[in-house]
Amino acid sequence: MYAIETRGLTKQYKDTLAVDCLELSVKKGELLALLGVNGAGKTTTVKMLSCLTRPTEGDAILNGKSIVKESGAVKEMIAVSPQETAVAAGLTVRENLAFMCGIYGLSGEKREEKIAYLASRFGLDSVMKKKAGKLSGGWCRRLSIAMALISEPEILFLDEPTLGLDVLARSDLWELIGELKGSMTIILTTHYMEEAEALSDRVAIMKDGRLLICGTAEELKNKAGTDRFEEAFVRLVREGTK
Amino acid sequence: MRMLTLAGRNGKEILRDPINLAFGLGFPLVLLGLLQAIQANIPVALFEIGHLTPGITVFGLSFLTLFSATVIAKDRGSSLLQRLYTTPLTPWDFIFGYTLPLLPMALVQGAVCYLAAWLLGLKMSLGVLYALLGLIPISLLYIALGLLCGSVLTDKQVGGICGALLTNLSAWLSGIWFDLNLIGGAFQKIADALPFVHAVEMERALLKADLSSALPHLWWVLGYGTVLIALATVLFLRQMKRQ
Repeated sequence: MYAIETRGLTKQYKDTLAVDCLELSVKKGELLALLGVNGAGKTTTVKMLSCLTRPTEGDAILNGKSIVKESGAVKEMIAVSPQETAVAAGLTVRENLAFMCGIYGLSGEKREEKIAYLASRFGLDSVMKKKAGKLSGGWCRRLSIAMALISEPEILFLDEPTLGLDVLARSDLWELIGELKGSMTIILTTHYMEEAEALSDRVAIMKDGRLLICGTAEELKNKAGTDRFEEAFVRLVREGTK
Repeated sequence: MRMLTLAGRNGKEILRDPINLAFGLGFPLVLLGLLQAIQANIPVALFEIGHLTPGITVFGLSFLTLFSATVIAKDRGSSLLQRLYTTPLTPWDFIFGYTLPLLPMALVQGAVCYLAAWLLGLKMSLGVLYALLGLIPISLLYIALGLLCGSVLTDKQVGGICGALLTNLSAWLSGIWFDLNLIGGAFQKIADALPFVHAVEMERALLKADLSSALPHLWWVLGYGTVLIALATVLFLRQMKRQ
């Protein structure tokens, strides 16, 4: 059973073809890393799948619902942690979590339980009273992902979740993302090869809006004839250009 | 429920910024006190407390544009809006969520100004209540301007355009600080064609409980308010679509 199936998904911006007839399937509970150089079409793909932008052509079916015809139903089952921190800077960490609970219609005891659970799971207890705008990058990303989990999404989009973080903060976040694996379908876009290799079940590489290849990290390394994932990525992207 | 949650959050963001409080509440009060001190020594009809206070309350509302535009522009910049667009919030939840929290702020701002004016010698009357009610359509006009600017400008541009240009423009063309008849010509024609002077004149008439004199100015305020709200809604929805 697939959580995501794209069918000729295409996005054209005036003269630029950002995503070109994308055919991609993601199994339920799978963590798929979406890789590509800048302008490959990763973010546009995520924007279309999360109903932020409408495809020019084609469609994607998320757990049986069309992003074109049933965007309301799709929004009920997905959550996005955008590339930027996307938190309310003037609210405390606790208020940010409560705010997202309110947006998803959770109140009273359910809200308190949810906040306590996410604070504990993401280790946010010590910063609950701190304003989000005063948090370090690592804490902010933790909060951002915790906010995305309020609605208990079936599909989670993580857009460059560790961008700009130091090694320790990145390692902590990898651990947290690793713990989420299996409980929901996750689409992760990243520029860090080691991140994709360590976390994902499968890796999809995009170039110029098209899907070059999709498979496990091992399969991609075998295909490229190297045992280093970063080298495999470079070779596959270069070959894809020829 | 969802819209109120967004409205509550926006209210907190605005009220927790000390600069907002300083400009929205502190600045009009300082001006009121300062001009009354000058008035005590050099009396000018324009700055009599009953004539000045309605203008000061309208001037205070011009900061609502800055507040609402800043919150929206910052939310666009930080991708918080992008996150919220993937939630079940509807376009109308966003429009009302960014508008509603500013209405009580406008009324409180006006009430505090009239309270201060009372301490400085303004007579309390039914006109004060009328004048406070009159602030509702005027504040909607300024909030819509904020929604409009926040939808198309970055938070840095908002500071310059709404914080400096717009507040000055609405102040100079409102007849609060000087009699527009003294200048006349094109300046007066431009001022008369814009809503700011009508907002002030409406408030001055309402404070005197002179409803018939207030009515022609109310139409100007409502007309501009309706157009700005429609335009702001279109521009907000357009940037939402562009996400």
